[in-house]
Amino acid sequence: MTSSNVGINNLEIPFVTSNGLSDIIEKIMSGERLLFEDGVRLMHSTDLLLLGHLADTFRRSKVGNDVYFSMNININPTNACVLRCQFCAFYRPLDHPEAYTERLEEILDRIEHAHRHGVREVHMVGGLNPKLPFSYFLDLIRRVKALDADIHVKAFTAVEIDFFSRVYKMPLEEVYKELRAAGLDSLPGGGAEIFSPRVRELVCKGKISGERWLEVIRVGHLLGIPSTATMLYGHVETVEERIDHLEKLRALQDETGKFTCFVPLPFHPENTPLSHLGVTCGVDDLKVYAVSRLYLDNFPHLKGLWNYLDEKFAQTILHFGVDDLGGTFVEERIVHAAGAKTPQALSREKMIRMIQRANRIPVETDSSYKVRHRWDA
Amino acid sequence: MGRVEEVLQKAYDGKRLDREEALSLYEANLLELGMVADHCRKKFHPDETVTFVIDRNINYTNVCVTYCKFCAFYRPPNVSEGAWFYTNEEIFQKIQELVDIGGTQVLLQGGHHPKITLEYYTDLLREIKKRFNVHIHSFSAPEIEHLSRVSRKPIREILVALRSAGLNSVPGGGAEILVDRVKKVISPLKTTSEKWIEIHETIHSLGMRSTATMMFGTVETREERLVHLEKVRDLQEKTSGFTAFIPWSFCPDKTELEGEVEEASGEEYLRTLAISRIYLDNISNIPTGWVTEGYKVGQLGLFFGANDFGGILMEEKVIAATGVAYQMAVDQAMSLIRKAGKIPAQRNTMYEVLRTFE
Repeated sequence: MTSSNVGINNLEIPFVTSNGLSDIIEKIMSGERLLFEDGVRLMHSTDLLLLGHLADTFRRSKVGNDVYFSMNININPTNACVLRCQFCAFYRPLDHPEAYTERLEEILDRIEHAHRHGVREVHMVGGLNPKLPFSYFLDLIRRVKALDADIHVKAFTAVEIDFFSRVYKMPLEEVYKELRAAGLDSLPGGGAEIFSPRVRELVCKGKISGERWLEVIRVGHLLGIPSTATMLYGHVETVEERIDHLEKLRALQDETGKFTCFVPLPFHPENTPLSHLGVTCGVDDLKVYAVSRLYLDNFPHLKGLWNYLDEKFAQTILHFGVDDLGGTFVEERIVHAAGAKTPQALSREKMIRMIQRANRIPVETDSSYKVRHRWDA
Repeated sequence: MGRVEEVLQKAYDGKRLDREEALSLYEANLLELGMVADHCRKKFHPDETVTFVIDRNINYTNVCVTYCKFCAFYRPPNVSEGAWFYTNEEIFQKIQELVDIGGTQVLLQGGHHPKITLEYYTDLLREIKKRFNVHIHSFSAPEIEHLSRVSRKPIREILVALRSAGLNSVPGGGAEILVDRVKKVISPLKTTSEKWIEIHETIHSLGMRSTATMMFGTVETREERLVHLEKVRDLQEKTSGFTAFIPWSFCPDKTELEGEVEEASGEEYLRTLAISRIYLDNISNIPTGWVTEGYKVGQLGLFFGANDFGGILMEEKVIAATGVAYQMAVDQAMSLIRKAGKIPAQRNTMYEVLRTFE
């Protein structure tokens, strides 16, 4: 048994750990970077509240008591996809009767409607559909920006960018330059899953490798386009593979500094070929948040998507390192296709209330973390 | 140290808190509050075993004359649509299914039917005991009070008759919040606070054990929750008759209070659970509330003072497939307990471990 006084309020209660984590605690308190083995030990620990306390203290030192959220709409223009990812309940093969591609007018009508109701960010990801010309996406971005130049357009994962480059036969740099000229503001961090090739073979065979994902994002970052980074966890990955994933993200962030936040995504197995796996449990979710916050010491923000979690549980993650609850998500389809039981959208008022009831300060923002409104206590 | 930290320290050191001190813990750092509650849990349960009981809730009737605003279950006596009353054969069938899968506890609870008399219950309990070796943990203070009215007999006599017919212990339902201001708003026709306490004191004086519950998140203040805890702690000091305390949060959907009250948040639940554990320094067992809070917050409750997973209920109205549904439920409960780093164990109603799943 070791104990260590890490009370942030000069509390004399010893935070007893039976897992011998005192050397890691000392590192964290002195601002020293965690090693791979430290990450693995933390992830194996069952001292959940200690992990939470450390992550919470670290979060407070980084961003204070603000909790960010954005008013956004999710657009999934097509579900037709050449990939067959085992974890996905959303895609349909190109010739499938349920495959769809929305007309630009339909999408723009919905964005316009959402914009009138306060939506300030468009988050767009979709299937890899070779039938769509590049102009479809460029027009879409241009027309969103024409509606209101202040709308933040966050679109296309590294997987889609790589696909554009291959299908439209353009180097990555060209793809990015055209998208940026049309108005693209940032990239979502999807498609990262778990970087380990062993895991990708089992959950997303055929998708770009982890190395390629990092390369595509690196090119974007070097051109000045920021992105988020995700990790889809809770399927077949090991603790070591999780930490390896974090390690690679931390290394790229050291190089570019253009990751705005990290977004862990709990795997939702319903309606997928991996449905036998079951959902993640609360303890595992909280450990991922806490350890990610501590390990990714160069990431400014940690986002927990409320719509991937039980509503009551979503609030508790704010005490485990999270400072961003994601968007209000009008019309999310991908995680709900995989059985998420949360509502598809949360009102701005409910989001604000959830944050305030955790004694934190709600800040409406978008993926640039520009403050649009702050509800001071 | 600030005031709140002093109170946490005092609780950590094992000293009894007063009502004001406990109330101040709603302002504590959530995780520090959890750590202190976990420390208090260890005084009763020093190892990391988390128990559960395999039980069946049998809601023999939903006909009720008490019309509580928070209830989505009852049907008034003059409404036949959706109303039911199980026959004894139906009840035996359900108990047989419970016994077949290793269950030990029968929880009979129902509406306050205006016509059923004491003889119905005593006959039913005798017939159950003749057929099955199960623990009958049944009724609640309001049902006992109702029976005393319908049968025109004193509470004590009712309890003695039920006990000799086979009743083993009584669940703590119907307490809601033991403050009459609250009861007048949400359940004006139901057992008063004083009566609830008196009935449980009588139960304990007859050598039977009971549990205490608290339903929060309706119209009560946090201070009124502490008044509730104090009444429970005081009675326990006198009788030592409570085996467990079970706090759970009110879900307003489909009740008369829908839209009137704000549902307790996950954090509010965890705080209330932790404060209950700290304040009730004389009650050994506190189950976590996964039924009302969901699996994720329910699992988290094991770090905020809870030592038990409650009843793994066999669901009503799931008949032929119950075996499968149940097995899933026990597997799921054990998996959640294990993933929290704890050791699952099946217990009986008296919180004695029957088998540990290492």
